Amino acid sequence: MPSYRELLQDAKASIEEVDARRAQELLDGADAPLLVDVRERDEWEQGRIPGAVHVSRGNLESRIEGVAPDRTRPVLLYCAAGNRSAFAAKTLSELGYEHAISLAGGYTDWQRSGFPTDLPRSLGPERSTRYSRHLLIPEVGEEGQLRLLDSRVLLIGAGGLGSPASLYLAAAGVGKLGIIDADVVDETNLQRQIVHSTNSLGEPKTDSARRTIEALNPDVEVVAFRERLTSENIDRILEPGWDVIVDGADNFPTRYLVNDASVWHDIPVVHGSIYRFEGQVTVFKPGDGPCYRCLFPQPPPADMAPSCAEGGVLGVLPGVIGSIQAAEALKLALGIGDPLVGRLLLYDALSGEFQEMKLRRDPDCPVCGESPTITEYVDYVEFCSGVGH
Amino acid sequence: MRIPPTLRSETEGAREVEARGGTVRELLDDLLGRFPALRGQLLEDDALAPFVNVYVEGEDVRTREGLDTAVDDGSTVILLPAMAGG
Repeated sequence: MPSYRELLQDAKASIEEVDARRAQELLDGADAPLLVDVRERDEWEQGRIPGAVHVSRGNLESRIEGVAPDRTRPVLLYCAAGNRSAFAAKTLSELGYEHAISLAGGYTDWQRSGFPTDLPRSLGPERSTRYSRHLLIPEVGEEGQLRLLDSRVLLIGAGGLGSPASLYLAAAGVGKLGIIDADVVDETNLQRQIVHSTNSLGEPKTDSARRTIEALNPDVEVVAFRERLTSENIDRILEPGWDVIVDGADNFPTRYLVNDASVWHDIPVVHGSIYRFEGQVTVFKPGDGPCYRCLFPQPPPADMAPSCAEGGVLGVLPGVIGSIQAAEALKLALGIGDPLVGRLLLYDALSGEFQEMKLRRDPDCPVCGESPTITEYVDYVEFCSGVGH
Repeated sequence: MRIPPTLRSETEGAREVEARGGTVRELLDDLLGRFPALRGQLLEDDALAPFVNVYVEGEDVRTREGLDTAVDDGSTVILLPAMAGG
């Protein structure tokens, strides 16, 4: 009966072993081997070599074919110290793999020699405390929270709707918040625009919002665009890539620009609008549901737009609608629940009622339909600046 | 028929108005007979204007028979014009 030591020696004698330096050369070279980590799951989760796939030693025979169907491709195996991987390499040779290699010294030597490793991602103690109420929700949890910290949401406007939306998204730990707004904080804003305050009067809204958000949650990176959205700058602003757009614009030209761009850039838009006691909220998700132009193909003519100066809005109304927008943006970023795609929620603060309307994709839509007639940005004449500010 | 806040100045502030008719067109005729100033806000060349939607029991009439969509007795009809405020 051979001892463990004899068995190991026997295995190592029959296979090829490489040290960490040589392994790195093989991985960097042409015809790179498939890198397989044969340790147990808990070892894998504590750190691994970048690019590795995990097939624990116990499952090797049954699972290797799934990850390495081509038996002529070299396979580089590693474990913690190079013993389990030696046995694994011998097994693969017996299974007909032409070139199974074991990493001598294993992950321990690899790490000690200073070669790169992927450390597991976790929130760490401080973030685990900050986001503990999210971590308690199974639909979010640590994985979801990490996803939020990686997500990028662009807010159109830091006004009535953008204020609550930006605050809740920041508090929730959305990692990157873009804010577009060209205006400065005005006294008439403070009745509802809660991201700003009396001591930020006269300051650009992007600066004021950034300060409030950074004070609320230093995890959030604020990307400020102190400019008015136009056909000239919209592609540049969308270029870095955003997961969700929250549209809280205060005018039709911007609404249509945002819509057309979102279809062409394939970014979902959480749309909200408010007037006096009523608000509307829905999600336009390109490909999945209607876009704004399916709903309203053209903006109303200038002389028919609701009188902006006379409009007015109940201060709390954007709080309700902007918060629903934040909830929808979080759902989209997390990929959970049923977003308001194809459904328009109408809220009447005066009657205290919500109503839901079905929205359908229009096959004749000028932008997202089967034969689009609008293929370039349209700069509609500004006829409604002032409302919502 | 539910009048949206942006159009209430044309209906003497009324939030809801009763109208008679078996189709959306007949209801609108009744409504516009009483509040003629609404016409330009809702219709364009006798068709529904592209910046307004009409819902019968939560369904967009454009996805049904447009102005000829039948309306049952006691139905709620919602007028929904585009609204930009934020």
